[in-house]
Amino acid sequence: MIRLILSRIGLGLLTLLAVSVVIFVLTQILPGDVASSVLGQSATPETLAAYRHELGLDRPAVVRYFVWLAGVLHGDFGTALTNGQNIIEVLWPRLRNTLFLAGYAALLALPLAVGFGILSAIREGRLTDRLANIVALLAISMPEFFVGYLLILNLSVNHEWFPSLATVGADTPFGERVWAVTLPAVTLTFLVTAHMLRMTRNSVLSTMSTAYVEMAFLKGLSRARVVTRHALPNAAAPIISVIALNLAYLVVGVVVVENVFTYPGVGQYMIDAVTKRDVPVIEACGIVFAAVFITLNTLADVTAIVLNPRLRHPR
Amino acid sequence: MTLFGHKLPVTALLGLFIIVLNIAVAVAGPYLAPYGETQVVGGGWDPASAATWFGTDQIGRDMFTRLIYGARMTIGIAFVTTILSFAIGISTGLLAAVTGRWVDTLLSRAVDVVLSIPLLIWALMILNVLGQSLFSLVLTIGCLDSTRVFRLARALGIGLVSLDFVEVARMRGEGLGWVMRREILPNAAAPLMSEFGLRFCFNFLFIAALSFLGLGVPLPYADWGGMVKDNVGGISFGLPAALYPAAAIALLTVGINLVVDWFLSIDARPSGAQAEM
Amino acid sequence: MADDQILRLEKLRVETITGRVLVDDVDVTLKRGEILGLIGESGAGKSTIGLASMAYARAGMRITGGTITLAGTELRASTALYRRNSRGKSIAYIAQSAAASFNPGMTLMDQVCEAPVTHGVMGRAEAEVYARKLFRTLQLPSPDTIGARYPHQVSGGQLQRVMAAMAMSCRPDVIVLDEPTTALDVTTQIEVLALLRDLIAEFGTAGLYITHDLAVVAQIAHRIMVLRHGKLVECGETRQILEAPRTEYCRALVNERREAEHLVLSVPDKVAQPVLRVTGVTAGYGAGATAKGAIAVVKGASFDLARGETLAIVGESGSGKSTMARIVTGLLPRWSGTIELDGKALPPALAQRPKEVLRRLQMVHQMPDTALNPRQSLAEIIGRPVALFFGKSRAEVRVRVLELLKLVGLPEDFADRRPGQLSGGQKQRVCIARALAAEPEVIICDEPTSALDPLVAEEVLKLLKGLQDRLGLAYVFITHDLGTVRRIAHRTAVMLKGEIIAQGPTAEIFAPPFHPYTEKLISSVPEMHTTWLDEVLARRGGTAGLVAGAADRPADPATAAHLAAADPAAVAEAERLAAEQLLAEGRGATALDDLQVEVRNLKGMLEI
Repeated sequence: MIRLILSRIGLGLLTLLAVSVVIFVLTQILPGDVASSVLGQSATPETLAAYRHELGLDRPAVVRYFVWLAGVLHGDFGTALTNGQNIIEVLWPRLRNTLFLAGYAALLALPLAVGFGILSAIREGRLTDRLANIVALLAISMPEFFVGYLLILNLSVNHEWFPSLATVGADTPFGERVWAVTLPAVTLTFLVTAHMLRMTRNSVLSTMSTAYVEMAFLKGLSRARVVTRHALPNAAAPIISVIALNLAYLVVGVVVVENVFTYPGVGQYMIDAVTKRDVPVIEACGIVFAAVFITLNTLADVTAIVLNPRLRHPR
Repeated sequence: MTLFGHKLPVTALLGLFIIVLNIAVAVAGPYLAPYGETQVVGGGWDPASAATWFGTDQIGRDMFTRLIYGARMTIGIAFVTTILSFAIGISTGLLAAVTGRWVDTLLSRAVDVVLSIPLLIWALMILNVLGQSLFSLVLTIGCLDSTRVFRLARALGIGLVSLDFVEVARMRGEGLGWVMRREILPNAAAPLMSEFGLRFCFNFLFIAALSFLGLGVPLPYADWGGMVKDNVGGISFGLPAALYPAAAIALLTVGINLVVDWFLSIDARPSGAQAEM
Repeated sequence: MADDQILRLEKLRVETITGRVLVDDVDVTLKRGEILGLIGESGAGKSTIGLASMAYARAGMRITGGTITLAGTELRASTALYRRNSRGKSIAYIAQSAAASFNPGMTLMDQVCEAPVTHGVMGRAEAEVYARKLFRTLQLPSPDTIGARYPHQVSGGQLQRVMAAMAMSCRPDVIVLDEPTTALDVTTQIEVLALLRDLIAEFGTAGLYITHDLAVVAQIAHRIMVLRHGKLVECGETRQILEAPRTEYCRALVNERREAEHLVLSVPDKVAQPVLRVTGVTAGYGAGATAKGAIAVVKGASFDLARGETLAIVGESGSGKSTMARIVTGLLPRWSGTIELDGKALPPALAQRPKEVLRRLQMVHQMPDTALNPRQSLAEIIGRPVALFFGKSRAEVRVRVLELLKLVGLPEDFADRRPGQLSGGQKQRVCIARALAAEPEVIICDEPTSALDPLVAEEVLKLLKGLQDRLGLAYVFITHDLGTVRRIAHRTAVMLKGEIIAQGPTAEIFAPPFHPYTEKLISSVPEMHTTWLDEVLARRGGTAGLVAGAADRPADPATAAHLAAADPAAVAEAERLAAEQLLAEGRGATALDDLQVEVRNLKGMLEI
């Protein structure tokens, strides 16, 4: 089992490496000549060559990749083209903001989704289930910006209960931070809860259809005991994958939500960079998102391995 | 009303009505719209009136007219993208399932890498390279989304390939093309159909989100995501103009999801939770 | 109600929620200590009755009429709590598949003790002591410690016995046994059957024994009820049903089973040039004989098949008999050895074989449901080989299709139907027609009758026999059922663990001197008289000797591979596969638009 877990972690690292190669190729090799696009049409061949040398663009792509990778591993993402800022210094607080928002949303969404998902599965076909299904379906269909602006219009413009802009700084106190981030977090919760609820329900339902659950009912156990002792433990692994996938999704979902609420997170930073075509920043954000995403997925798989009775108790 | 020999519940009927309405509007757009696509008919963010049912947008164009034209662009782009995504995804997915071995390994690993990080992040980076145009938008989203279709088509294909009737066809010496087209595809049609609905929703929302971020449908065209972005300024004055296109997006997605949900539930059997005790 | 009646079902009616009647007006009475056999083909409603006697109906079904009286109390009129409390405590259930009926995440002891503790029959400690006693009675290995194991850590036959212990854990009045030995191999079946019978007798429990096999139920039941299409056909003492059945259906059922006990064919004496010759063939799964982790499933098998002859390959599950079929057809390329068709050597892999060879060697699969494309009409299914191999025009193909349909005994107007509109037996006939369409010389039949009900299977066997006589076909007939072998095979090869351990004319194989394994195999097949089990046990020196000698197979393939391979690399591979499967399961549930929904749809779709 240890070997399996290690190999799964290894696979995660390998995937991250592959992703980094693709990102590098995509951002640095495909777009053509950075120098001429930065210096413009009027630049002389000499200044172009000098600029390329300064950026290290005259070296072969493979070398450039490893230099870049080494930098990334040391937390050095280079400097932004547009304003010359050191990227890591901007990125780090923004990543903390993003994780704070995602974590807040997860805290709201998790109990709601798992609770109602299980309830909905147990009461399959009854009113609770149908209601939960319809609400979830509506929530899944709403674009994040629709929910976001709806909340802003009603709760901060018309009623001024919450701030419409989630502006936080490094020194914003915790309580104020929570209050400021509530609307974006609720927006995110809305969508993610719906997804998780439906998936949790499905995985519980599929264990409820197994022969061993039927056997548990035929042993005369109460519904509560059948669910807690026989159905849920076996539905746990898929539910955990669902949760991980949605947490990962949260980190991405923030891209749009951060823009709606102009929240200083990585998503907003990346969109900014894309509109300004600031390649090193795009790269850095891409790698950071990829790392978070892959880490969460690997974690889910490892948990699934640990939870599997066949692997936990080998013959 | 029945469809495919099954009775439609109210929710699916509602969904179907929404879809048909949207398609009709998208097709007949120019004949329905009271004004021209870029015609300025009033001041910025005029409230709703008899002449302008949903008021005007930030520079005084009729919101209703823009919504109708937007339907055409938004739905059209999402549709073309989904078709592209399915064409690529189904052919490669079934190929991987039928041939197996290194073709499968190669394609699956590549798809794994693409799907190991969110498609939005890929889209941002690729659009940065390709620049902003309708063509690059469709191509990027279509290719990215095809990885998900690939996974489904491959899974369906592998499930079907191991069935005896495919084995019989192979033992008869049938070619790859026959096996894929005649033996596997007809049997994968139903799940692929519901998947088409889901993927369309996904692409539709995806493109709307990109447009909202200013990276989707380029400027001269009216599209719902872009209209939200353009009218966002009104929100802080309590003007709901930006919410209309956003609501239009939500409405169509709800409609499709209602129909797909029903379609998926047709064959679903009740689970053990429903046994009589 | 008579005092000794422990269970009585009156005018029981069970329907699906769509209104189809599954059980129609059936009365069942069971006396204390009595065992009643419920017998019938698939869809006869016997399992539904078994569950209904616990006032339980599976999802999608409803008990819509009748009364269920258990120990003097009518269950349907009682409270849900009363019904729940009687389940497991007064009436217990043993399911067909032990491997699926145990929660994979709980120890066996936890699961066995669950019912007595929650019903308040015993405390945990007392329940454990009692469970160990039951384990001992059931002759489970290391009865004191086996309870600490998880379901995947014990073999299928053992798990079935643990399930019996679980059912007896509250000392119920009635026990429902739903095909408890069907999933087991014949040699394991006999042990479990004998132990179940002793256990029930020892505790004086009444039993409903559900099965499709008359000979099995004859060993254990006092009375037999025969059901068909949800209705009662005949009910009587076991001896009366076996020896003097009153209804025509029962007579057919009994005759079919009796016929299987006698040899029908003798070997055609003229031994011509064999049409198919297999020499020293070895093959298995993995990249090849020398590859890491490769496991040989068939080892050095050789046999000849003459024109117009049937060779049966018999063996238990895992003996490699089905793999043999895949090797001959080229689906699984052999690692070594030769296969000759009419004196010409065949390439190992399917892709390398010329069209002519593909035409001459056809196959009929076990499951007619999956062997026919549900989206094609019978005309397309049967016509395709005609068009492909003989290049005929549309009109000619149509004529040939109608001919073939007639040949296999199907009406001509079936040509435009789809497989979904056919019964199991009819589907198998279509598979045969499709094989015949290629005008083959050899047909590999991979258990073509084992998925069919006995009477239908008999018809299909007759059809195959008739076609052989008319067309001079040669069959390689793969089966686990010795009754089928006796009826169709001229010659027989017995497989054990990938090797052919005995072969020759069927009459010789079935007569002394036996190979020890063949003898065990033959003597394990239940016979149609009530004293068979006692006689076998007496011969083998009682149940004790019987179980001690039995080799237990593990319950699932991953652990089987585990055991089969002493090689650690192979073990790691099996582990990896299990983990991958697990991850795939997890992922399936993670995305609505992912695997799970699709697989579910796929299943539903294939049944339309």
